[in-house]
Amino acid sequence: MRAAVIVFPGSNCDRDVMVALQQSMGRAPHMVWHRETGMPEVDLIVVPGGFSYGDYLRSGAMAAHSPIMKEVVRRANAGVAVLGICNGFQILTEAGLLPGVLMRNAGLKFICRDVGLRVETADSLFTRPYRKGQVVRFPIAHNDGNYFADEATLKRLEDGDRIAFRYASSDGKTDAAANPNGSLRNIAGILNERRNVLGLMPHPERLADPELGGTDGRPMFDGLVKAFAA
Amino acid sequence: MKVKVHVTLKSGVLDPQGKAVQHALASLGFAGVEGVRQGKYIELELAEKDPAKAREAVDAMCRQLLANTVIENYAIDIAA
Repeated sequence: MRAAVIVFPGSNCDRDVMVALQQSMGRAPHMVWHRETGMPEVDLIVVPGGFSYGDYLRSGAMAAHSPIMKEVVRRANAGVAVLGICNGFQILTEAGLLPGVLMRNAGLKFICRDVGLRVETADSLFTRPYRKGQVVRFPIAHNDGNYFADEATLKRLEDGDRIAFRYASSDGKTDAAANPNGSLRNIAGILNERRNVLGLMPHPERLADPELGGTDGRPMFDGLVKAFAA
Repeated sequence: MKVKVHVTLKSGVLDPQGKAVQHALASLGFAGVEGVRQGKYIELELAEKDPAKAREAVDAMCRQLLANTVIENYAIDIAA
């Protein structure tokens, strides 16, 4: 697999993703600065977490108009896999690659802790290594993770099997108690219609090595490598 | 030409910040505050002299960057 990680001013998970990818790929991904207008041919583009442009105006709003994002949108529309994590998810919604918006957490606090996630579909490049209904543990670290979309959009996401992850208790209940940030219908991650773009607030790269205290995130990266090995 | 833009949350979109401000006002003793909605105010200084053209340009700015129309409305006020 060939991969690229986009780096914005204020990205802070770009190196974490690089390490996780390197571990699964056996070689380093390309690190692509946001001022670039092109990048090498790759199978996967990661838009990492952080606070691009200091979250000015709205989280992800400025980064979505960075020069490199035109190319990311072009590649996504051509079918290249794009993974947006945390701020990366916010950027993908602002860039129009994914529907909805990530609003301020309902409790108004920055939340940094591990959460349970129920895998809602195994039918994607990103979630194939997991079982539908499986509960995994990923960390979250965000101020604006409260997923909002209108009713018609939510219905489209559900009817299209495009909800990848929901916040859940360890026994798989997706109730209000398991919802850390007020996201509608406990939505933590969604796919685009073509299923080649995933955005999620939790950080799989932060639990992809036993040294980090867990490995629930690793199958996502291993699975992508396997998918692109053929 | 000066242009003022107000960006506000659409009705039906929860505003946890506005709610927190409302509670803070109540705890300061301001009775009867029945609702608070928080938004953004943006001032633009444009070279454009024609109000119609200015409005058209700012409308595009709002749609592309200044507002997220999934959750926000915007109002454009062009100073005479």
